[in-house]
Amino acid sequence: MNPTRIRSVLAVCAALAIALLPLGSGPTAQGKGTIKIATQSPLSGGQAALGEGIKLGTQLAIEKFKGNLEKTGFKVELVPYDDQAKPDVGVSNAKNIIADKAIMVVIGHLNSGVAIPSSEVYKEDSLAMISPANTNEKVTDRGYPNVNRVCGRDDVQGPVGAEFAAGTLKTKTAYVLHDKTTYGQGVAEAFKKDLEKKGVKVIGFEGTEEKSNFDPLITPLKAKNPDLVYFGGIYDQGAPFFKQAREKGVKSKFLGPDGMDSSDFVKIGGKTVVGTYYTTAAAPASSPQAKQFGVEYKKKFGKNPEPYAAESYVATAIAIKALEEVTKGGKAPMRAAVASAIRKVKYSGMTGAIEFDDKGDPKKASYYVMQVSTDNPEKWSENKEAKRLAIAAPAMKK
Amino acid sequence: MDFELLVGIFPQVLLDGLLLGFMYALIALGYTMVYGVLEFINFAHSEIFIVGAFVGVEILLGLKSAGLLETLPWPLVLLGVMLGGMLASGALAVSIERVAYRPLRSAPRLIPLISAIGMSFFLQDVIRLVESLWRNAFNLVYPTLEPLNERFELTSTIDVSAKSMVVIVVALLMLWGLHALVNRTKIGTAIRAVAEDQAAASLMGIDVNRIISLTFLIGGAMGGAAGVLFGVQYSLINPYTGFIPGLKAFTAAVLGGIGNIPGAMLGGIVLGLLEAFAASYMSLLTGGAFGAEYKDIFAFSVLILILIFRPKGLLGEVVRERA
Repeated sequence: MNPTRIRSVLAVCAALAIALLPLGSGPTAQGKGTIKIATQSPLSGGQAALGEGIKLGTQLAIEKFKGNLEKTGFKVELVPYDDQAKPDVGVSNAKNIIADKAIMVVIGHLNSGVAIPSSEVYKEDSLAMISPANTNEKVTDRGYPNVNRVCGRDDVQGPVGAEFAAGTLKTKTAYVLHDKTTYGQGVAEAFKKDLEKKGVKVIGFEGTEEKSNFDPLITPLKAKNPDLVYFGGIYDQGAPFFKQAREKGVKSKFLGPDGMDSSDFVKIGGKTVVGTYYTTAAAPASSPQAKQFGVEYKKKFGKNPEPYAAESYVATAIAIKALEEVTKGGKAPMRAAVASAIRKVKYSGMTGAIEFDDKGDPKKASYYVMQVSTDNPEKWSENKEAKRLAIAAPAMKK
Repeated sequence: MDFELLVGIFPQVLLDGLLLGFMYALIALGYTMVYGVLEFINFAHSEIFIVGAFVGVEILLGLKSAGLLETLPWPLVLLGVMLGGMLASGALAVSIERVAYRPLRSAPRLIPLISAIGMSFFLQDVIRLVESLWRNAFNLVYPTLEPLNERFELTSTIDVSAKSMVVIVVALLMLWGLHALVNRTKIGTAIRAVAEDQAAASLMGIDVNRIISLTFLIGGAMGGAAGVLFGVQYSLINPYTGFIPGLKAFTAAVLGGIGNIPGAMLGGIVLGLLEAFAASYMSLLTGGAFGAEYKDIFAFSVLILILIFRPKGLLGEVVRERA
């Protein structure tokens, strides 16, 4: 490049920068300012299907419930962040989020392993987080005043699976695998512990980060021929594992936690995984309110809601209710006030009545055992409900 | 410890390991051929490999939506898909060489290495971009070819699937074909001449640039074929799937003696067997104290041991002689 060319390129860049500046930092048009609601979930990568559901569920709720806030003079905006299901990305996003003073609530994350370190950052500035999906105990057991969830817990979800395996399926022997993540290993260990308490023999317990070739894991499993195989993890690993196991002639029943609860599970596993059971804290789409939500979601986004889209919708509705309380009379909201208002919200929606206890767990959460009923991903929401339990969160361990 | 169980699964583990080993061997060829000729590690080979798998799945999905997947005989489908994958990966390898390595050929050896690592990251995200624009998907699943899913149960613990047999047979054929090409044809002689001494080869009337491109073409095509076989065998692929098998295959190439084609095959098979045995037997032998998650640690420990005693790999390194 010759000097004149460089100069002209620089000139163009400078002109562009000047032209764009007012857009970026200018004041909002009118009214009392903007309240932003952030989502953090994986929007790219293997779990993007679930992460996008969180974003879209939140978007739908904002559009539906923002009316009152706008009447008071606030603009309500969604700012989606992509945490890529990685703790480091989640934390660096969290730092950007607390730096943006207009953000009052975070709806997220999908992965407990990402939510826990990220919420440490939110706590620095008392920024409220409502999780639609994080089931690991530690999320709320730290007792932070700003961290809440609308879903259940792994130390209950594991036992729900164990209860189902021992009670309903009459399992005698089980083989337990997990993906070595905070979530997968946590729920697998809780499952195993409770299963052994109920007198079921756990004849294998393995962790693996493998994503493609499960042959060497399946060979000893098949030789031991357990009644039940449990995989604590997410569908992008669980589905190929179950598929390869079935193709290799494993005849055991399959059970997994809510990480399997995605239509991608059957997209990957096909008909080999039909009949798999999974425990979930996400309400099945069969209640009338949930059906209504499904219809609106499909109309707006052209696809069926993924699991946790409904929970995100509920979480956002709770957040907006708290924001309305805090901004009464047109006061600008403060983060700490929003966080404490969220704890006081009493909400009743499609996933049942939700009221938070003193550490941010719902006072009573429902857990479901579902069974995959077809290999058509479009019909994931029609999976059969095999069992339903409503269990209170255990009290804080001191 | 259940002795009967340990013995009972042995043949199956052997088979699992062989299957994995042949996969590694096919990928390792790409590393070793390029190293033999240019003495540098083409780290983008893991993406060249996975591009083959992606082109393969696109062809299969295309055939499926055209309704031809069920009607055409499966050997024809498999052959077509493999040719497609080989062509795409081969062409990609040649163009990478042209764009990212050739301009740096006279630079110090670390420079093209960095260029290769950059290429690898670049390609991962290009694949991700293209797939998310084209299919709005991250994970792609190979459609099943029904006849390949046939299983033959030999005993209650040992079981052979048609597809693993096909993978092994195809891999063997390709390895044999490559060996013959390099050792018994004129082109092979030219490749070996360039590997030995570029300047002298060029004085003998060999077009060095063309031979290097050809080496990339062959290595890339092998990688593409491996990609298709990988997809057929393990069914789920995403843009980052190539990285780990690529790394393992590179290790296999070093284990066998980098630059050495039979060495890459042997290294691949040894590594595949080590991994399969470690994953299947670790927790059985240690009573669960060390689980399957330690398979890589075990496999790589053995590898380090081998390299301590045979630093040039099992069959010895083959590198150009220095003047």
